[in-house]
Amino acid sequence: MTYAVWIPLLPLLGWVANGVAGGRWGRRGVATVACGTVVAAFAVGLAVLASLSSLPAGARHVEIDLYRWMAAGPITVPMRLLVDPLSAVMVLVVTGVGALIHIYSAGYMADDDAFARYFAYLNLFTASMLTLVLAGNLVVMFIGWEGVGLCSYLLIAFWFTRPAAAAAGVKAFIVTRLGDVGFLLGIFLAFGVFGTADFGVMTRDAAARLPLGGTAATALCLLLFLGACGKSAQLPLYMWLPDAMEGPTPVSALIHAATMVTAGVFMIVRMHAVYLRAPLAMDVVAVTGAVTAIFAAASALVEPDLKRVLAYSTISQLGYMFLAVGVGAWGAGIFHLTSHAFFEALLFLAAGSVMHALGGTTDMRRMGGLARPLPWTAATFGIGALALAGIPPFAGFFSKDQILSAAFHRGDVALWAVGLAAAGLTAVYIVRAFVLTFLTPAGPGPRPDRRGPTTPQREPAAGHAAPHEAPPIMGLPIQALAALTVLGGALGLSFTQPGALDRFLAPVVAAGGPDPAGGGEGTLIAVSVTVALAGVAAGWLIYGTGTLRGSSAAVRAWLSHQFYVEDFFNAVVAAPARGLAWAFDLLDREGVDGAVMSIGRMIGWGGGRLRRVQSGYLRQYAAILLIGVIVLLAYWVSR
Amino acid sequence: MPAPLYLSLSAVLFALGTVGVLVRRSALIVFMSVELMLNAVNLTFVTFARLRGGVDGQVLVFFVLVVAAAEVVIGLAIIVNIFRARETVDVDDVDLLRG
Repeated sequence: MTYAVWIPLLPLLGWVANGVAGGRWGRRGVATVACGTVVAAFAVGLAVLASLSSLPAGARHVEIDLYRWMAAGPITVPMRLLVDPLSAVMVLVVTGVGALIHIYSAGYMADDDAFARYFAYLNLFTASMLTLVLAGNLVVMFIGWEGVGLCSYLLIAFWFTRPAAAAAGVKAFIVTRLGDVGFLLGIFLAFGVFGTADFGVMTRDAAARLPLGGTAATALCLLLFLGACGKSAQLPLYMWLPDAMEGPTPVSALIHAATMVTAGVFMIVRMHAVYLRAPLAMDVVAVTGAVTAIFAAASALVEPDLKRVLAYSTISQLGYMFLAVGVGAWGAGIFHLTSHAFFEALLFLAAGSVMHALGGTTDMRRMGGLARPLPWTAATFGIGALALAGIPPFAGFFSKDQILSAAFHRGDVALWAVGLAAAGLTAVYIVRAFVLTFLTPAGPGPRPDRRGPTTPQREPAAGHAAPHEAPPIMGLPIQALAALTVLGGALGLSFTQPGALDRFLAPVVAAGGPDPAGGGEGTLIAVSVTVALAGVAAGWLIYGTGTLRGSSAAVRAWLSHQFYVEDFFNAVVAAPARGLAWAFDLLDREGVDGAVMSIGRMIGWGGGRLRRVQSGYLRQYAAILLIGVIVLLAYWVSR
Repeated sequence: MPAPLYLSLSAVLFALGTVGVLVRRSALIVFMSVELMLNAVNLTFVTFARLRGGVDGQVLVFFVLVVAAAEVVIGLAIIVNIFRARETVDVDDVDLLRG
């Protein structure tokens, strides 16, 4: 199965080709190369899936050693890829959704000057993400981990002439870096504990090497989780993701909804054997996930910017995934990751279609009544919204329900209740977004906002006369994702036994579906569907018909400032860091530079004195010579 | 003649040369003074060679003469060139390398 190497290699070649020569072969050529490599990688992924399925369940763990990367004493790190059901699922999600978004981008970015640069970055991102999911050890995973971080920075700041975009890119890079420090320390700790960072070895030896609930296991898991928090925008490191919406919308769909931000969830599932040895760390993961889910959902309620609403919904859904892996429902986590990739990418691409129609507006207060000129976009966005809200029979319902019932059956009723409340809020805010965008008459324009104009747009094709549907190259990927959102639930379609995805993942992780012996599954489903429907109804009554009114200014202020978490961070982390930077700046300029400069000045002054010796008078030199000779002679004679 | 007289003459010549180098400003005179100093040393060599009955000192004198001849050739060439360039052979006026 060595040909799996081609999965990350193909987009990498696309990056090289478009990066080196993309300016020369025109937009059509660039788009063909970029989309072609990703589609080809998807095809290779399907072949890998087929040959993996033909193996007996116990043998579905293929390690591909490319070469020995580094060796130091007892530690060797091979460049190793690991093909197993988990990485196969991830490869198909990344390349499948990625290919659709690449194709969509060809239409969305058609008028952009830096067309080749955009697709080169996008291909590099896909290659890094595929390295991440196929990695055979933590070190190789770290290459992909940092690679996607770099591409995230490059693509958020893609329109770097816009100060907000450049600042958002830097913010994303720095905030995720905070988490990456933890991830790196976790890798070192893994080497310390296991003597290797190989996933196969760690999964096999975790039980033997790590005492249950021991310090080493807990520290290792928490450090790795810190990295996951940064990458997957969980509390407290979430604040870069809403700002990341400065990037082009397909980038938001690919990196900040479907793939990169789910890397943390994937990493935890990959390390699940280690996490099982640290119940405390798993509780931390689950609680963080649940709190993030409801926190982000509440923040989305008052957000005026369509893309930022979707960003908060991504954060919230990622919270569900961490809740799932935190309660040990590995399969449910991956299932929700997959269905979330479908419906969140769908929502983002539909939002991109709206922006395309409106010449780049993302402020929902300036939208409205778009259902008539944009019927396809409205319908597909609606499907995505229903899936996000957890309404059956869309994909989001199945995966979210699996997570909630897993939490309930594990006995974490509090986590289940928080998740349920977040699900209700989710329904409210996505109905609000749908109503404000597509149904109500267009508003008078934005009121003065604390941020000023939310996103001063330089999105493509400004100045359309009337809103119109996007061209087919953008429409077809949206419709394909809508189909996946409708049908994706089938992956886990089962109420009493593990679904198809769970059964496929079973060789890697224990089934995370509802416990067959748990019972009461029907009641749980009824409760969560009722809550979701209630949320939809509440959203409709508040924003659609205006029947329900009334909100407290204090609550509104808390929500629109995201509970002041970011202000808290600014005061507690950023301000001292700025003070420290100021002090170091002073120390550097006055202390270090001052010392260096005064040494230089001293030497210069000494040189100025010494130059007087070189008078240019021959007879003076002769006299000095004579004096020297006399002194030497006097010395010798007197000795 | 006894050796101390030769040596005294040599010392006087050397002192004359030294003073010439130090006080005269004409490059030619300075040059001649240097030659005077060299020949004072030659005289000392020969004196001691006779005194000790060896030939080492006399051989060395030939070396000094040869070197002095070469030095004169180069030195005079330099002086001629300086004169052509600056219309002077005053060593105090040639101070391009003043720091």
